[in-house]
Amino acid sequence: MKPRYIRTAAIGRALRPNVWDVVALILVIGAMVLIVYGGEQTTAPLSELERTPVSLDPANLPLYALRTVLRMLLAIVCSTVFTFIYAAIAAKSRRAEMVMIPVLDILQSVPILGFLTFTVVFFMNLFPSQVLGAELASVFAIFTSQAWNMTFSMYQSMRNVPKDLEEATQSFHLSGWQRFWRLDVPFAMPGLIWNAMMSMSGGWFFVVASEAITVGNTTVTLPGIGSYVALGIQQQDLPAIFYAILAMLLVIIAYDQLLFRPIVAWADKFRFEQTASGEAPASWVLDLFRRTRALRALTLPFSAINRAISNLRVPLPELRPATKAKGRPSRLIDGVWIALILAGTAYAAWLSYRYLSASLGMPDVLIVIRDGLITLLRVAVLITLATLIWVPVGVWIGLRPKLAERIQPLAQFLAAFPANLAFPVFVVAIVSFRLNPNVWLSPLMILGTQWYILFNVIAGASAFPTDLREAASSLHLGGWRWWFKVIIPGIFPYYVTGAITASGGSWNASIVAEVASWGDTHLKATGLGAYIASATEAGDFPRVVLGIATMCILVTLFNRLVWRPLYAFGERRLRLG
Amino acid sequence: MLDKASALIDIRGVCRSFPKGSGEELLVLEKVDLTIRSGEIVGLLGRSGSGKSTLLRIIAGLVAPSSGQATCRGETIIGPPNGVAMVFQSFALFPWLTVLQNVELGLEALGVDATERRTRALAAIDLIGLDGFESAYPKELSGGMRQRVGFARALVVHPDLLLMDEPFSALDVLTAETLRTDLIDLWMEGRLPIKSILMVTHNIEEAVLMCDRILVFSSNPGRVAAEIKVELTHPRNRLDPHFRQLVDSIYARMTQRAEPKAPAIEGIPGSGVGMTLHHASSNVLSGLIETLAGAPYHGHADLPVLASQLQLEADEILHLGESLQLLRFAQLSEGDLMLTEAGKRFANLETDARKRLFAEHLVTYVPVMGLIRRVLDERPSHTAPAARFRNELEDYMSEDYADETLKTVVSWGRYAELFAYDEQSETFSLENPGGESA
Repeated sequence: MKPRYIRTAAIGRALRPNVWDVVALILVIGAMVLIVYGGEQTTAPLSELERTPVSLDPANLPLYALRTVLRMLLAIVCSTVFTFIYAAIAAKSRRAEMVMIPVLDILQSVPILGFLTFTVVFFMNLFPSQVLGAELASVFAIFTSQAWNMTFSMYQSMRNVPKDLEEATQSFHLSGWQRFWRLDVPFAMPGLIWNAMMSMSGGWFFVVASEAITVGNTTVTLPGIGSYVALGIQQQDLPAIFYAILAMLLVIIAYDQLLFRPIVAWADKFRFEQTASGEAPASWVLDLFRRTRALRALTLPFSAINRAISNLRVPLPELRPATKAKGRPSRLIDGVWIALILAGTAYAAWLSYRYLSASLGMPDVLIVIRDGLITLLRVAVLITLATLIWVPVGVWIGLRPKLAERIQPLAQFLAAFPANLAFPVFVVAIVSFRLNPNVWLSPLMILGTQWYILFNVIAGASAFPTDLREAASSLHLGGWRWWFKVIIPGIFPYYVTGAITASGGSWNASIVAEVASWGDTHLKATGLGAYIASATEAGDFPRVVLGIATMCILVTLFNRLVWRPLYAFGERRLRLG
Repeated sequence: MLDKASALIDIRGVCRSFPKGSGEELLVLEKVDLTIRSGEIVGLLGRSGSGKSTLLRIIAGLVAPSSGQATCRGETIIGPPNGVAMVFQSFALFPWLTVLQNVELGLEALGVDATERRTRALAAIDLIGLDGFESAYPKELSGGMRQRVGFARALVVHPDLLLMDEPFSALDVLTAETLRTDLIDLWMEGRLPIKSILMVTHNIEEAVLMCDRILVFSSNPGRVAAEIKVELTHPRNRLDPHFRQLVDSIYARMTQRAEPKAPAIEGIPGSGVGMTLHHASSNVLSGLIETLAGAPYHGHADLPVLASQLQLEADEILHLGESLQLLRFAQLSEGDLMLTEAGKRFANLETDARKRLFAEHLVTYVPVMGLIRRVLDERPSHTAPAARFRNELEDYMSEDYADETLKTVVSWGRYAELFAYDEQSETFSLENPGGESA
């Protein structure tokens, strides 16, 4: 028969490798070698770190960069696994949802570097005198910067699965396990990948920060770009700082090109729309792999495994039965459940109070609140300044498609770049010009996060409909009127998205930005970030807890009272189309 | 008992209710009986909200009845029964799976091994006329091709009963017709691996074209109003006088129950303040009145004729007709739509006068409009939150219907300039919208 003939011929061709196969094969093998090599290093005993301390020789930088990248990779894998489990439980069980979602919401506003304080000690005790413990603490810090928003995205997707597809899976007798892999995961994929990407951008900041950290008596210096910079600061070696910045630039570009671009391009097929979109994202790496014949064959076992996993008969408890006639949840069990939660909460509150009140008094609380308000003021002023600068610039760029096309990747790249690597450059300037640290350390907080505002505004301005622009110019709208009646409402939802990210990032950055040093010179600004940083260094856990709790409350309040209403307003009234 | 066993599906006294906004139950299906035997195409015909889709979902095992008994081959339906497959109005294809993978999905769930899966999927694709599209993704296909995938996916599991939920209503007229005739041809040739078809539709002609038996549903709550046997032989011709006669009689039957409602009695669902309003744009209503008043109708039109001229589905034209009837601008009866004196007057008025007449009728004949106007007049501030009326509506209807009713109230009230509504604060007020300085 004809079809069979064609199929065998295709297989015959597929077995003969082409040029692209060689290129792609080298890429794959190279990646495997690097992972194995880097992995071997982590099982070394802790004394190994002391024997071969981080050195400022630029020749070591590639290896350090590799270690940093591996931490990042491991963290994203952990985040993904966590996301699948946590989001699935929260989405499928109403009672679990009651607790899990608010917890997630709070976790999102806990300053990530605050986690580090506890986890370093925890993991070091778990694997005493092994590098693994310190590595895990670092990975955990990155994990906490990535997992929450990925989980939120997955949970929201799972709760918004289109009803007809849900009915189709039921009607065709798909098991809960099959449904998860065939419907829930693919449907959540685009949001999940976008959030993973944003998390990664933020993650570089924390991986760098977590590589060289002192908690009380425990000092950890993991080989990596972050510790390289820390050493550079200690030895006042400005060229070393520039080498590190360069290495980081290359790493982020490589990460973007080799990992994320291909994934985004591949995940385009999961986008839930029934019509083909204007332009699909492209990736040269993905094209390379799609063009290679032998390598494509290599991926077949993976898709087979994937299929096999999703078709496994895994009995999952039916948590949200769709076809119960009287599906009224039992009031009694609900009551017991809520009582349990309340009891647990009360116990936790009592425990925290006892722990904190043992060593802290009212004056401490007042100091923390004062510092918190100072940092809040900093964040507010900085966001305002960044808005005044980047909104006009972003609009100007966004309305010029050619320019936007070139600037947009740069802005996204700057958002991903860990700004803390560049801190020393600014500190040197502050030290040599004898500037007031309370004022001049502040801009560091927004150094890395202001770009979120820029690239979101560019995106908004690029998406602004041409007909509205034409209507505005035909009505002779100009000057202030054009800004306030036309373009600002048009980009508002985009701006708010960017500003929320920027403000959250600034809070996090305050912990490393309000305290800075260059050699023996230590600069310190008054603020909650500096408070937490000093307490961490002193190993003063009650103060760390107090500082983090205060920051958490301030961030949550700031989000609920300012950003959420603005976001809701933008979505309801100003979303175009 | 014997009858029960030979029947594929047997529905006895099935009721279904959903919780209302106020926490009470809203009955959408009342005491429905239905039997489906081998070898027939049965149609469930009714207006939106008549519970026909709910009945289909009860048979599909996606919704459980509140009371009564639903059995498939003598066994009570709990969850989707074996041997029943469904085709969806929205196609419900997985956009990340190719045509072939979509078709294979149902077989994978049944644990059919890979080789047989492939053979059966290719056979189904071949049967439904999709060869060549196996590796395409749904978004690359036209609507008609997508629904073919929907059919192939349902047929590949060789179900005894094929359920179709308005399968052609998301398609354009030509595509829908091609798909209908293709399906009927395959059915007549006995090439479909199924025993019976149950389809839900609101398109009267479609039901007459395809079904052997039509159950006409009435609304609020959904009930079987009539059962009509279609004895015409396939292929059926839409222009055949017998066909037209049948369509006309079904139109008449569907308008029969829509006699003008008795004077409002408080507390009875469907009348008084608790009357559910379905949104119809005031522009469309004015347009319809003008069309009716002009040639060739001169105030009296046959619904099927009017529907085909305006390219409206039976459901839509009935809905508009009922809105006009509610406002006493027209009268529905026996499949005809006639303008009242007020309707004729409306057609000849200028915009402002029309608005005044519309407002007058709204306050007089739509109880909730009168209520809102009264409340606004009485309150010193002349404002009232929408929640005040929503709560009252939810005593009678579900949250969705309360929303729809409020939306209609706002839109008609704005047109008639009875009151203003601020969407941001969700308040009704008497303030003149023109009074605000620009």
